[in-house]
Amino acid sequence: MSAVVDLDAAMFEGLCRLGDSTLVLGHRVSEWCGHAPVLEEDIALANTALDLIGQTQMWLGLAGEVEGRGRTADALAFHRDVWEFRNLLLVERPNGDFGHTLMRQFLFDAWHQPMLAGLAQSQDARVAEIAEKAGKEVAYHLERSADLVIRLGDGSDESHARMQDALDMLWPYTGEMMVPDATDIALAEAGIMPDLTGLRGTWDALVRDVLAEATLVIPDGSFMHKGGKQGQHSEHLGHMLAIMQFLPRAYPDATW
Amino acid sequence: MYAQMVTSEATQDDPEKLAAFQARIDAGEKIEPKDWMPEGYRKTLIRQIGQHAHSEIVGQLPEGNWITRAPTLERKAILLAKVQDEAGHGLYLYCAAETLGVSRDELTEALLAGKMKYSSIFNYPTLTWADIGAVGWLVDGAAIMNQVPLQRTSFGPYSRAMIRICKEESFHQRQGFDIMRKMATGTEAQRRMAQDALNRFWYPSLMMFGPSDKDSVHSAQSMRWKIKMNTNDELRQKFVDQTVPQAEYLGLTVPDPDLRWNAEKGGYDFSEPDWTEFFEVLKGNGPCNAERLAARQKAWDDGAWVREGLMAHAAKRAAAPLAAE
Repeated sequence: MSAVVDLDAAMFEGLCRLGDSTLVLGHRVSEWCGHAPVLEEDIALANTALDLIGQTQMWLGLAGEVEGRGRTADALAFHRDVWEFRNLLLVERPNGDFGHTLMRQFLFDAWHQPMLAGLAQSQDARVAEIAEKAGKEVAYHLERSADLVIRLGDGSDESHARMQDALDMLWPYTGEMMVPDATDIALAEAGIMPDLTGLRGTWDALVRDVLAEATLVIPDGSFMHKGGKQGQHSEHLGHMLAIMQFLPRAYPDATW
Repeated sequence: MYAQMVTSEATQDDPEKLAAFQARIDAGEKIEPKDWMPEGYRKTLIRQIGQHAHSEIVGQLPEGNWITRAPTLERKAILLAKVQDEAGHGLYLYCAAETLGVSRDELTEALLAGKMKYSSIFNYPTLTWADIGAVGWLVDGAAIMNQVPLQRTSFGPYSRAMIRICKEESFHQRQGFDIMRKMATGTEAQRRMAQDALNRFWYPSLMMFGPSDKDSVHSAQSMRWKIKMNTNDELRQKFVDQTVPQAEYLGLTVPDPDLRWNAEKGGYDFSEPDWTEFFEVLKGNGPCNAERLAARQKAWDDGAWVREGLMAHAAKRAAAPLAAE
């Protein structure tokens, strides 16, 4: 791998990773609309999705600006195909039951919050500003998801079993968040984005504490899936994009 | 109008108490949950508020149908915010009903058992993106017609819920109109979608007000109690008078060949919707009744373990300090 990385290209890539992860997770969460287990959760899920879509507008908007080819946030969201998406594999996992959706949210939030705290210290003022705003929203996401993981993990026998099942299924998708590649390293060295390996300690401590209180057991084995942020996705993402991108693709001349 | 055909309950209370109660209402006082109220007033309100709450909840489904397909990030965000508001409206309304002595779970179970209704309009499908515009413009527009006067309704918690709800509903209607405007002035395909949405939603929107009730004894009782503020025909007329010029502004045609301005009455003459269809929809035979109820039933059943898990945890927490002593 070349040691020389074009910083603008790396920044475009890094911003797409952030914006695509919030877009894909926001979309997944929005699929719950009207189907949640309790009304308060319908509201919380819609609110979380709304925050994530708002963050997507900012990250992908900045990505388009950095790229300098005139692509807007919408152009990036609706007119790229699967291999061009840079989201984490974790966030494209299908919703499954409420336990899977919640565990996915928690494992992501526990990374998202320290990531945004690091981004808020970025040398790039635009990045820092977005991270500052998003950080306030995500602090709430984490508070909610951690609290519910504890309550359902240490709830009834059934809720415990479902939360453990969700953790077992999703755990192998968490490694990717903290393993840097050349792009991540270049951005960290330039002071634009935080060092991903540095997030590991915070993430581990938080996740271990919450899961322990939830009486859930972290699965054995160190195997981790990877590839999402390099554009190698699961089969699920293409189906999501087929739905999400339908209108702008079917009516390319239209504005909405 | 999210509560239709609410039959007011007969009341067999002490005539003196009834007269005093009516005097309070006539004086414009608000009735609060701990105040004495006729049994019929309480039951009618539970039915009406419950039906309205159910409409907000079931109403998430036709719009949720397009959240995942919203054509821009901004449209997706706006629609999410709107549907989140609607869930919030459901919450205020269930809370208002709870002050009358019925729990949210009881109301939900009555809905799922088919013992309570939600507005007929949500049994129609949203087939294109323009339908999301039509729902905001026409359906929320019709709802506002009914809800604005209900801000002055006699029952305090209901009135206060309506004040909050109306603020948000007017934003909903504007976003719907904005989608329609964009569609109606867009490409040929978009314009056709906009017209098609108006064609399909016009008469179901008129049905939202319910059949003419000018001779209904039940409506008269509800109006005396200030639970119902206007007749169905008054509200329908107001809705048509407001909406027709908006359709003209959009360059869309209201699907009624007999629609014309009547200078003498200062309003439009228009065709009645097909009331046979309306009653079929109420009986469960609308295009989406089965799906809507099945979706709510599934959410309720699939969510049971979550609700039980949360209760189990709360019970453990409550027991913990005792165990520690």
